[in-house]
Amino acid sequence: MIGLGHYLTVASILFVIGIFGIFLNRRNVIIVLMSIEIMLLSINLNMVAFSYFLGDLKGQIFSMFILTVAAAEAAIGLAILVCYFRNKGSISIESVNTMKG
Amino acid sequence: MVIAGNSRLLEILNLTLDLDNYLEFRMNPSDFVFFVFSFVTISSAVCVIFASSSVHSVLWLILSFISAAGLFILLNAEFLAMLLVVVYVGAVAVLFLFVVMMLNADPKKTKTKFSNFVPVGILTALIIFLELGVVFGGWRFSEELYINSVPSNFIIDDNTSSLGNILYTNYFLPFQIAGIILLVAMIGAIILTLSKRDGVKRQDVLDQIYRDPNKSVILKDIKPGQGL
Repeated sequence: MIGLGHYLTVASILFVIGIFGIFLNRRNVIIVLMSIEIMLLSINLNMVAFSYFLGDLKGQIFSMFILTVAAAEAAIGLAILVCYFRNKGSISIESVNTMKG
Repeated sequence: MVIAGNSRLLEILNLTLDLDNYLEFRMNPSDFVFFVFSFVTISSAVCVIFASSSVHSVLWLILSFISAAGLFILLNAEFLAMLLVVVYVGAVAVLFLFVVMMLNADPKKTKTKFSNFVPVGILTALIIFLELGVVFGGWRFSEELYINSVPSNFIIDDNTSSLGNILYTNYFLPFQIAGIILLVAMIGAIILTLSKRDGVKRQDVLDQIYRDPNKSVILKDIKPGQGL
């Protein structure tokens, strides 16, 4: 029988894949944004799994809010990316070195 | 009586967390579906970060979202599953695809190259995974969980209508705030990507309002039979 633990395991593996994707890719900002989307998806999976196994709908409500914020974040991130590409002519993270931080 | 029923539920919940339970379980058809969907979700998420081109990454991301929607359906969250397909696959992933196609970045420059940060990345990912495992291993549900939380009636109604019942009553203010966040994101995206091109005639309202009739209209006395 599939329990809560199985869903939590899948969600944590997805989250770790998202974190690793951010570190892995230094040449493509779009893939970093996609990794963030994967991490948000794993959080959503956690919320929905708890909502099901506790018999409480609050988790699904919060999952909807996470979905909203993720959509807003994707829109803003891609708009910034378009601006950045217009100014720099590339979408590599390595060329984000203006501030030399 | 209610509390007694809850403690029975608590036992079942804690039983699902036991590792011994994992080793001996019989495979139902729904369990098989769970394994298929979770395998597809995880493997396509791996493909997202390792794909050679951005377009392939977006397509793998779409596959990952669709199989995650399948997992949501297994958890009786039909409305969220449809929301995931409509909002993520229909809007966000298509937006990603649109930007990838529009930017027309050099494929040689954007090709996946493993950076110097890969060891740090592996280390961070491993540490976080182990931390999650530690939390998961030594974790039991609190006894007060069911006393504090009121179980919803989503077994009686269907998922969508009971979600709507809660969202438009108890969570009305957060719902409105979510709408405002979307509005702010929309305005921000428009402002960020709006560009002024040269050679396009635009209306300058302020200039028109502050125009002085004495300076802009010149009266000339023209004699009959003469031009200007």
